[in-house]
Amino acid sequence: MPSRSVAEEVVADTWLAVVTGLERFEERSALKTWLFRILTNKAKTRGRREARSLPFSSFVGDGDEAETAVVVDRFARDGHWSTPPRGVPEERLLANEARERVEAAIAALPPNQRAVITLRDVEGLSAEEACNVLGLSETNQRVLLHRARAKVRAAFERYLEEGPR
Amino acid sequence: MSATHQLICQEIIEVITDYLEGAMDRQLRAAFEAHLADCPHCTHYLEQMRAMIRVSGTIEAESLSPEFRDGLVAAFREWRQR
Repeated sequence: MPSRSVAEEVVADTWLAVVTGLERFEERSALKTWLFRILTNKAKTRGRREARSLPFSSFVGDGDEAETAVVVDRFARDGHWSTPPRGVPEERLLANEARERVEAAIAALPPNQRAVITLRDVEGLSAEEACNVLGLSETNQRVLLHRARAKVRAAFERYLEEGPR
Repeated sequence: MSATHQLICQEIIEVITDYLEGAMDRQLRAAFEAHLADCPHCTHYLEQMRAMIRVSGTIEAESLSPEFRDGLVAAFREWRQR
């Protein structure tokens, strides 16, 4: 989505659709999933209109196909860690900065990875719900989640390595 | 992948999402868990991943700007009057 103002218009459109569509709301669909589906459809419509759209038709293709979860030079040639990750101190986890750093890392992801990790890990949707909302297959959803989590974990690790402030 | 195949660290981190999503077959899962039982480094990697996911769950949806909220309220009122 190109800009914040367009994003806000999409949200406004969604709310109007919600308000006008409440009677058609089906109980069997969780409200949250339903809202996200409307939001996604609105964003797609808007995207086509803007011609600078998120390429939903090629949703999985993000140029990251050859990417590994962790940079290769952290491993020895036998595939074992040469620079291993360390444990997570509880007090670092609870700091506001932990959340800010994770949020910034999510914001920096390619849109398709960001959409998946936001629905799954921020909003707490199930894999099935995220697939429905984004129109993804189970496998593609998992691939995008894997790439997104790998990058956000790397940013989170950098934060942990900085030690207590 | 045979039952006797041993996963190395570099393979573990590429299948970790399948593990967390419960998308592994029994053989692979057994190999994954056997590796973790012996490898504190990959255990830390998994720990960092789970911690990151927990932190993600505490992020709040972006708060709306006052202008946007006003616009939304105006749109809602207009709709009610129809």
